[in-house]
Amino acid sequence: MELLMAIVIGFLYAAGVFLMQRRNMVKFLVGLALLSHGANLLIFTAGGFTRGSPPIIPEDADVAPILHADPLPQALILTAIVISFAVLAFALILFLRAYQTTGTDDLHDLRSTDT
Amino acid sequence: MMTVLTMLALAGFFAPRLYRAWGARTAGRLALAPALAFAYFASRLSAIRGGETIRASFEWIPVLGFEFSLQMDGLGLLFALLIAGIGAFVVWYAGAYLKEDPAAPRFIAALLLFMTSMLGVVLADNVIALFVFWELTSFTSYLLIGHHHEEEKSRKAALQALLVTGLGGLFLLAGLLLLGQAAGSYNLSGILAADSLSSHPLFNPALALLLVGAFTKSAQFPFHFWLPNAMAAPTPASAYLHSSTMVKAGVYLLARLHPACADSAIWQAVVPAIGAATLVIGATMAYGQTILKRLLAYTTVAALGGMTMLLGLGQTLAIKAAVVFLLAHALYKAALFLVAGIIDHETGEKDVLKLGGLRRALPFTALGAGLAALSMMGLPPFFGFLAKETLYSAAQQPTLLAASVIGGVFFLVVACLTGLKPFFGAERDTPRHPHEAPIAMWIGPLAMGLLSLSFGVFAPWVGPTLIAPAASAIAGEPLTAKLALWHGWNRELQWSLATLALGLVAFASLRALRPIMPAFARLRAWGPERGYEAALNGLVAAAGAQTRLLQNGSLRYYLLATLLFVLATGGWFFWRLVEWPAPGAGTPVRLIDAVILSLILLSTVGAIFSRSRMAAFASLGVAGYAIAIFFVLYGAPDLAMTQLVIETLTVILLVLAFYHLPPLHPRTPVRGRVFDLVPSVLVGSLMAALTLAANRANLAPSISSYFSANSWTNAYGKNIVNVILVDFRALDTLGEISVLLIAGLGAIALLKLRAPGKGGGGAP
Amino acid sequence: MSSLILRTATRYLVPLLLLFSIYLLLAGHNYPGGGFVGGLAAAAGLALYALAFDVRSARTMLRLTPTGVSALGLMLAALSGLPGILRGSSFLTGKWMVAYLPGFDPIKIGTPVLFDLGVYLVVLGVTMSIIFALAEEES
Repeated sequence: MELLMAIVIGFLYAAGVFLMQRRNMVKFLVGLALLSHGANLLIFTAGGFTRGSPPIIPEDADVAPILHADPLPQALILTAIVISFAVLAFALILFLRAYQTTGTDDLHDLRSTDT
Repeated sequence: MMTVLTMLALAGFFAPRLYRAWGARTAGRLALAPALAFAYFASRLSAIRGGETIRASFEWIPVLGFEFSLQMDGLGLLFALLIAGIGAFVVWYAGAYLKEDPAAPRFIAALLLFMTSMLGVVLADNVIALFVFWELTSFTSYLLIGHHHEEEKSRKAALQALLVTGLGGLFLLAGLLLLGQAAGSYNLSGILAADSLSSHPLFNPALALLLVGAFTKSAQFPFHFWLPNAMAAPTPASAYLHSSTMVKAGVYLLARLHPACADSAIWQAVVPAIGAATLVIGATMAYGQTILKRLLAYTTVAALGGMTMLLGLGQTLAIKAAVVFLLAHALYKAALFLVAGIIDHETGEKDVLKLGGLRRALPFTALGAGLAALSMMGLPPFFGFLAKETLYSAAQQPTLLAASVIGGVFFLVVACLTGLKPFFGAERDTPRHPHEAPIAMWIGPLAMGLLSLSFGVFAPWVGPTLIAPAASAIAGEPLTAKLALWHGWNRELQWSLATLALGLVAFASLRALRPIMPAFARLRAWGPERGYEAALNGLVAAAGAQTRLLQNGSLRYYLLATLLFVLATGGWFFWRLVEWPAPGAGTPVRLIDAVILSLILLSTVGAIFSRSRMAAFASLGVAGYAIAIFFVLYGAPDLAMTQLVIETLTVILLVLAFYHLPPLHPRTPVRGRVFDLVPSVLVGSLMAALTLAANRANLAPSISSYFSANSWTNAYGKNIVNVILVDFRALDTLGEISVLLIAGLGAIALLKLRAPGKGGGGAP
Repeated sequence: MSSLILRTATRYLVPLLLLFSIYLLLAGHNYPGGGFVGGLAAAAGLALYALAFDVRSARTMLRLTPTGVSALGLMLAALSGLPGILRGSSFLTGKWMVAYLPGFDPIKIGTPVLFDLGVYLVVLGVTMSIIFALAEEES
């Protein structure tokens, strides 16, 4: 399972990086989204796999059962999901505005700097 | 002591405000602050003379064991008296000098803050406090030198002084920290009390660093060039900073560390040599100058060299000579600077050759100038005479004696030029018709001139009161100092007479030598200042080049640079450090896992190859939902729900943006895309390797078990993930929602705020 | 964009979604849920409303501006840290009060609930501000 996850995560990263090198803005956005999926899965895998037992203490108990999924990576990923959504939205709007202002969607053309 | 520093700092901070209320009288009233400080220090004279040290401290950074401590012994007291005493006159003077300058409040404020920091330097016991005050003096002196910031010359000089002394300050910090490490104490009193410090392996590097710090501040060769350039400052600042106080901070440091360092071979080899070299260079470079302030500046460099040389010798006689020289120099040089400012102010002329006969127009100034000049010439019964005599008797070695005599000769010439020549001889026409300056301006030079005289006359009182306590602090053991004007017909007196004769000859031959002076000046252009210029230009060029290289504006380039760096460092880390796990172990794969993971893979492939926006977004959505199902399977219902809602929202977002977004069409040729595969595959492989390694890594015990055990019993929550988010690690979450809010505000700003007249979304 | 079916369905769906989001928020401390997902669910409901009707009426439903909602949320979250300080612990330490009502289980009210409400409002506000702004771009 871990090996399989490594392949999936590596593939998500590779696809994300590949798409972020495209000159089209939309492709870049899709790449960014894939990259954050990869990162979330990586954190999840690092915490180890526990099937079916969420980190929730049962109704009649004071502490969680011995074997349950690790809550820490889940807490990390939860905020990461929301933040990557906000980043994606921000990037989307940034590109949208750049496209409307400059009339080009080619990231290769957007390279004037302040200097 | 703390109160004194606080009072001065407050006076500085409120000076601009007080100026609004009191107008031109402000400086005169604010001069009371340093005068009060002076009174306080003077009242401690007898206690210090009796061998006491006065301490004040409070906890500064208790976690690091740092204590903000001040300590005043004889050395600190002497400096404090000079700083506060001369400071009071200078503040008063500056008020009159800058009467017409609208930026005067700023100048007075900077002056008072400088005074505070300078007192901090000489009174600090903690080395970090010393360093902070040291850099504050560099910083405030930057403001003072650059007062006329509309002139490029001022800005350049201010920057030069800041860079040289500020950089030196960093050397000082490193040196002090190493020394503290070696001594096991970060208080000067602790460092000086440490046993066998000089045999510690860190001692020599520390000493070398400290010397660089002291030499840059005190304008020792080869860092001397900044001081004459700093004459771009308004004269009160030059008089205060560049003759009597700030430039002596380096000398102070040498004196302070003397008990701990004077035995070392480096000290004995380097300090006298550099000091003597600076003395000769400063004195000879002064010869041939005609601008009043530059003449004084070069002799200041020379005098600082002389003090450094004396401190390097290590004998008690040399220590006493250094203290006497320091006091004498501070008095006459500050007076002469102030006089130079009065002459410039009243006549509009800076060149000594074009000045003469001012004694009738400026009688009080002339008196003060004359007294100070006679002291600088080293004539009895002035205090400067005692300084020169003790200097000659301490400089036993022939080379050092020669350097001292050269210094004495040129001091005499400069004293004649700056203190006597403008006032005697025939009256000259000057740009402005001279009138006597206001009392605020001439009182300082006159007082200091009179002190130069009376300290000489009352030498038997000055010796034990001012000189002996300071010299004892430098030597690290109690010393007595008997000063007298008449020592009999001895070697020193003979050399004094020779100096006088040579000086008069040099003064007389000035006119004859005038034609060859320009050649001399050209030689100066090859000095160490050239190195400074080259270094500065090189830095700017390098910064420009690296900016053009790294910030070239292409997003793809930035991405690649980041990725290559990650690959290089991350790859190296894996190559070297990670143990590869044995294959085969781990959680078994079920059919459902395989299905979900293949779904993720397939939708990713779809996202890469899709030719339309809709197909790309749909593939992305499928990948997201598949990941949500994966979270359900592996005990993460919170994540699954969040992922599901987020995917929905992403779809809504993309649909809303859909019609505004450009269509897809491939631009990069196939060869370029294949080339792009290389970093992609490398990053993918690295992350896959990281996944495998992270899964096996067990670097530290997990804190998850703490959360699981305490979630209900301590935090009253059964959903551990939620409890971590809102209770255990709530501060992190607070940061995250702040980021979220900022991202939202940024998005709104991009969409809603437009420059007027430019709006309307111009694209078809 | 808007059809009769969508509008009719939305009329029933949106209150349900909002109710569900509040359930998620309140139950989140003991069951799956919490401020993040609750806020997102509420945002999804309002976004649906904006799609089915128009942004203006969705904005009216929210009453405050979306930025105001998120600012209020951030302020609540920060304020929930103060009781900890006042009682001598560090910032954001959870403090609880238990209310005993006859006939009910004891109700526990604590600063983490307030904090979670803050998270809920921030997430809702930020998401809505982005979606509203994008939707208004269309017109």
